[in-house]
Amino acid sequence: MKVWSKLIALLLGLTPALLLTYNFFTDQLSVNPLDDITDETGTWTLRFVVLTLAISPLRDLTGWTVIARFRRMSGLFAFFYGTLHFFTYLYFDKLFEWAEIIPDLATRRFIVAGFSAWLLMLPLAITSPTFMTRWMGGKAWKRLHRAVYVVAMLGVVHYLWLVKFDITRPAVYGSFVAVLLGYRAWRWWMKHRAVMIEGNKRIAEAKEQ
Amino acid sequence: MAKLSAPPIPSSEVTPESLYYSRRSWLTLVGLAGVASLAPSATAGAQDRWPQGKRGSFDTDEKPNTLREITSYNNFYEFGTDKSDPADNSEDFRPKPWTVRVDGLVKKSEDYRLEDLLKPSVIEDRIYRMRCVEGWSMVIPWRGIPLADIIKRAEPNSKAKYVAFQTVLRKEEMPGQRWPVLEWPYVEGLRLDEALHPLAFMATGLYGQDLPNQNGAPFRLVVPWKYGFKSIKSVVRITLTATEPPTSWNLSAPNEYGFYSNVNPEVDHPRWSQKTERRIGEFGKRKTLKFNGYADQVGSLYAGMDLKKNY
Repeated sequence: MKVWSKLIALLLGLTPALLLTYNFFTDQLSVNPLDDITDETGTWTLRFVVLTLAISPLRDLTGWTVIARFRRMSGLFAFFYGTLHFFTYLYFDKLFEWAEIIPDLATRRFIVAGFSAWLLMLPLAITSPTFMTRWMGGKAWKRLHRAVYVVAMLGVVHYLWLVKFDITRPAVYGSFVAVLLGYRAWRWWMKHRAVMIEGNKRIAEAKEQ
Repeated sequence: MAKLSAPPIPSSEVTPESLYYSRRSWLTLVGLAGVASLAPSATAGAQDRWPQGKRGSFDTDEKPNTLREITSYNNFYEFGTDKSDPADNSEDFRPKPWTVRVDGLVKKSEDYRLEDLLKPSVIEDRIYRMRCVEGWSMVIPWRGIPLADIIKRAEPNSKAKYVAFQTVLRKEEMPGQRWPVLEWPYVEGLRLDEALHPLAFMATGLYGQDLPNQNGAPFRLVVPWKYGFKSIKSVVRITLTATEPPTSWNLSAPNEYGFYSNVNPEVDHPRWSQKTERRIGEFGKRKTLKFNGYADQVGSLYAGMDLKKNY
């Protein structure tokens, strides 16, 4: 059951890549297929980042705990599509011309944002196996993996900065990310406040005695 | 690619084609030629009869893009912002009948039926390169008349220094105009000497047929040495002015799109490089040429001008 559900999730996650490959080789993309590949891989990266961020809130709100099992896979798919996206740029767009790529990575703000997001995903992907969590310790691992919040923000900014004028799509992803991060901020604040109230109560009690 | 160590070859022996794989030959390379050739080519008819007759002095001898490429991948925001939108959303557009107003600082200010506007001129076919500011390019066989014919016939007075163009405003037929993506109607402009240059062209067709709606039917500007967005589509008004007219992309992002917008590999777009381009249908990239390869013809128009400042 567990294995099967993971296998299905794996196939679902691979579907966009397989469809893109199929459409490329059967000439069903636009007449500028390399642009389509860049767009599709980039969009799927963002979708998987949003999905990854949505899993914990969904579990909290619905009590549907099973979905937490797919969080790691979703995050790894974000990295997978992000890597395809990055290599599409490096190879199809720049043909590995480093003399052009390096200044791009350092100076063009939308590329800087996208590249930073990919760089930040790298340690998260590397530390995704369970033995890495054990080796790092749960607390440190959790702290490191909060970097995904920054990845999400950088991803949206990257999209926003690259569009020519119509910002509808980046705005849609931006609002998803804002809601999902806002939820976490709210949770943190409520917890923080509860701790404060509890603390104040204890101080008051101590004074009375 | 250039970094692979190889014996020096004189540049005269290097043909651009040998450096770059076309997409199709790349497919052949990976053994998928059969798959590639399965693609429908419903549009082959018009192309097969092309080119007709001998090439003119303005024609590039590069291979034109296919009709499918030219008519399925367009920037025409009046029909939507995706490349496929113009082909998908332009079927309700009615390019006939069409009236063009020629006015401003001219002796003969007049509303013309398009047929009458074209009648005195000889219809020509011209194969031009087209370079989009986004970094892709095509080779397109246009049909139409020189812009100079129209302007000269209107007899501009001595105060006229610029030419302003306007696209039709039809929200019912152009769904993209219902959204304020740009200020509608789309407007463009040229300096008078640019407009009078023999390369500046008003197209009414491509591949020998009437312009499809997605390509700016029935009457559009083609200025091949400038980025594509300067070549305003579905033109209803041509106005001679004394001052530099406003242009749509410049109004929306002045630091990214200047009035001149000449193709120039030395001046990057603020967000991306303009050094190279992808010719639609090819796998690799080509070097972008100054004035899109028309420097010999139009370079003198900009003698002494700082092209970095006047981007």
